[in-house]
Amino acid sequence: MKTGDAFLVLSAFLASGVEFVEAVTIVLAAGLARGWRSSLGGLGAATVVLAVVVVVLGPALTVIPLRGLRLVVGALLLVFGLQWLRKAILRASGYKALHDEDAIFARELADAQSAAHLERAGVDWYGFTLAFKGVLLEGLEVVFIVLTFGSAQGSIPLAAAGATAALVLVAGVGVAVRAPLARVPENAMKFAVGVMLTTFGIFWSAEGAGADWPGSDAALLGVLGWVALCSFLLVRLLRRERRTQLRTAEVRA
Amino acid sequence: MNWLSRFGHFWWEFVIGDDWLVAVFVVIAIGATAVLAAASIAAWWLLPLAVPLVLWLSLRRAIRSA
Repeated sequence: MKTGDAFLVLSAFLASGVEFVEAVTIVLAAGLARGWRSSLGGLGAATVVLAVVVVVLGPALTVIPLRGLRLVVGALLLVFGLQWLRKAILRASGYKALHDEDAIFARELADAQSAAHLERAGVDWYGFTLAFKGVLLEGLEVVFIVLTFGSAQGSIPLAAAGATAALVLVAGVGVAVRAPLARVPENAMKFAVGVMLTTFGIFWSAEGAGADWPGSDAALLGVLGWVALCSFLLVRLLRRERRTQLRTAEVRA
Repeated sequence: MNWLSRFGHFWWEFVIGDDWLVAVFVVIAIGATAVLAAASIAAWWLLPLAVPLVLWLSLRRAIRSA
């Protein structure tokens, strides 16, 4: 497997895994509070919508010339990746609260339990809508990542394989434990995904703009190392700054 | 808010997110890369240098507004 392909599968696996963990939390909360029939109905309906999006958009992307596709996809991934990376760095340096799957689950569960019961055709519509919306929104991110990564690297099936492996793993563990997957190192995974999205974004957008990378695909490793190094340095810098701020506030108090 | 503006808002939030300046700087950096490449000047180094700078600026903006 080439460097680019290996990165493709790994990135699709990690990015999709993070989104699936969030989707499982919502489906679990809807199922436990409003019944499994409604929750699984919402999950199924959202999956059908996502499959339609993939079937319609997937073949359309493969007919666009590769250079133009890499330019647009690279730019989108770069903006998208920098968003992830920025949030991950703010979390890691203490400027933003860490993502807590247990707290999100408790909040979703309490909201679902207190909502009014409205049943039609044997389906509780609150539970159905909650699961549908959650899976659709998280799933759209997965579809976006699989289609953009896959089309720009020239292999949507490889990206889909990475995402499917993540789905099987997360859904399997979710069914087994029937509790939010709080032990998944979600914040660390989000940091890694931000680094990978940014790396691919830099690589493809530069290539799409006409630049030639020294070493071709192997340059991805260098870009990855550079983005990771800069991100860690920024975390260290901001963490130190945050500590100084907190100490100063303590002294003043 | 009608359906169309909600749809547009969703995609704006999805791709651009909290800091639209990041998107602007990214477009400028890619444009500069294209200009250098068109002039047959090595351009691969520009984005790896520009991205940490953009990230730093965006982080400073986020911390200031927090």
